[in-house]
Amino acid sequence: MHLAEAVLSGNRLALARLLTQVENGTPEGVAALDFLFPFTGKAHLIGITGAPGTGKSSLVNQLARAFRHLKNGASERRVAVVAVDPSSPFTGGALLGDRVRMRDLAGDAGVFIRSMASRGALGGLARATASVVQVLDAAGYDVIMVETVGVGQSEVDIARLAYTTLVVEAPGLGDDIQASKAGILEIADILVVNKADQAGADNTERSLRAMLEMAYPSKGYRGHHGVRSGEEAAADMSQMPAWVPPVMRTVALDASGIEELAQAILQHGEYLRATGEWQRREYVRLKNELDDLLRAALMARWQSGVRDDDYRSVLEQLCARQISPYQAVARLLEFGIQAGGANDKL
Amino acid sequence: MTYILILITNFHSKYLFYMDVRYNVLQKRFSKTELYMPEKKIRVLIAKPGLDGHDRGAKVVARALRDAGMEVIYTGLRQTPEMIAEAALQEDVDAVGLSILSGAHMALVPRVIELLKANGQENVMVFVGGIIPETDVPPLIEAGVKAVYGPGTPTSRCVEDIQKAVLGEVVA
Ligand code: B12
Ligand SMILES: Nc1nc2c(ncn2[C@@H]2O[C@H](COP(=O)(O)OP(=O)(O)O)[C@@H](O)[C@H]2O)c(=O)[nH]1
Ligand SMILES: [Mg+2]
Repeated sequence: MHLAEAVLSGNRLALARLLTQVENGTPEGVAALDFLFPFTGKAHLIGITGAPGTGKSSLVNQLARAFRHLKNGASERRVAVVAVDPSSPFTGGALLGDRVRMRDLAGDAGVFIRSMASRGALGGLARATASVVQVLDAAGYDVIMVETVGVGQSEVDIARLAYTTLVVEAPGLGDDIQASKAGILEIADILVVNKADQAGADNTERSLRAMLEMAYPSKGYRGHHGVRSGEEAAADMSQMPAWVPPVMRTVALDASGIEELAQAILQHGEYLRATGEWQRREYVRLKNELDDLLRAALMARWQSGVRDDDYRSVLEQLCARQISPYQAVARLLEFGIQAGGANDKL
Repeated sequence: MTYILILITNFHSKYLFYMDVRYNVLQKRFSKTELYMPEKKIRVLIAKPGLDGHDRGAKVVARALRDAGMEVIYTGLRQTPEMIAEAALQEDVDAVGLSILSGAHMALVPRVIELLKANGQENVMVFVGGIIPETDVPPLIEAGVKAVYGPGTPTSRCVEDIQKAVLGEVVA
């Protein structure tokens, strides 16, 4: 428990070490999460997703700087970053290179950056990302940005974890806009056209706006000033209008548009709080976490009761088409249930 | 520490179990262990201190370590010793690899080691590669470097050394 206590008192080495324990799911990590949980729930969790190369890490770098400068009343905001990169499914190794873009944050004691490998999880985050974020939250970081792996269209995990999700697009990465856009509106609270300095940014922005127009035809979407739609929504909260994701242009290399983007993120936070949506998202997030943990625990319980040989023999019968996949599952469940209760690990 | 290893192995197998089933079925093999590498995830920071832009070696080594199953944090060029120590702390790495081809190693390396110690990370192992004259190797080892590697070193040797050093430390 002493690691967790040291984390609460602001010890950064203890924090780093605890994050490792939590990431590895060790008993000490789990116990620390139990201890720290009452201290969580204060941070604004921000997700940053989008295809590799769109500039997510560069944006995180700039946004972190912006949040450090934008005071919250009299107090400053402490910022944490969790950057997730993929693990190789073959070797389990990973090359975590997001820090390369975050060198401006070095030397600022109010910023903490942690790289994470996805370790086989497929939704754009690692299995332990939510827990890592909880520790950072308890450690007193006011803003926690989570950069996802950024592959595919299935990055819904981040929208479940974050209060505000940014979907980053950039021109010049193959303009198969339709394909990559499926599902974006379900997860985006703010759409970012990064690399606005590059040719094609207008096209990228136009197609995003066209998509929004289709999704929000009757919501009075005005189409030109991205921030305004959010502002208006926030200003008129008594009627609880839907939040229309603003489309914002940025250049992460020279920070243009970043201050506005940081403001829009904070506005979105205010909107969520004023409409009760913040609590609703929290509820959904914790429910998801509970269900995920339950699933993993059941899985572990089952697995501890199955011998490799039994598993393999069922698999062989399945491959020989002696039994169907459903029958195979039924058989394997029997094994697991029989021995499961005895050596229950979780 | 050993029980942690067992747990990681255990948790890891949960996922690899399924990956395995998939590959083995595809490859008509039925062994659960073939693609399965139970191990603690070794975390290594690879950094290039100083002002030179020779990053090939650092990248080659970073990739080799990744391919050996390690989690490698790469920080890029032109890192000050302070930046390196800060990253090593936040990332809670087991080892730090410094790649230096500028000739400034005698100033940079001891400074990194000093900062690691000051931060309470005296158990983090430091490896150095690049253009390091023979005569500089003993004083670097004296300063706390585990090993020094010159041009032409097979990356498999770097990988093995780091693996052994880190796992030795954990098991002990
Ligand atoms: C390629 C090269 C370049 C390329 C670099 C491209 C790049 N992005 O990396 C370019 C053309 C840009 C270049 C420029 C210069 N270079 Co140059 N360059 C070389 C050269 C020929 C090969 C280096 C290389 O990439 N090797 C391949 C890699 C894989 O090998 P490696 O880095 O040694 O890494 C291996 C090991 O050392 C070890 N290792 C390395 N790092 C690490 C880290 C860890 C943790 C571990 C475990 C192991 C490890 O493992 C690797 C695999 O075996 C060397 C000569 C030589 N034979 O080394 C000169 C050399 C390094 N360059 C030199 C010089 C002087 C320069 C310039 C200053 C020249 C000039 N006057 O403009 C500029 C500086 C540019 C700059 N911005 O810094 C000198 C350095 C002299 C010194 N230190 O005393 C060298 C030694 C040439 C010489 N004999 O004079 N260079
Ligand atoms: N021209 C331009 N390049 C950018 C911009 N933002 C990022 N980049 C570059 O795009 C590349 C990928 O950036 P990175 O932040 O690593 O993207 P990520 O993979 O989404 O995290 C890097 O070479 C950046 O320097 C931008 O606004 N304009
Ligand atoms: Mg990135």
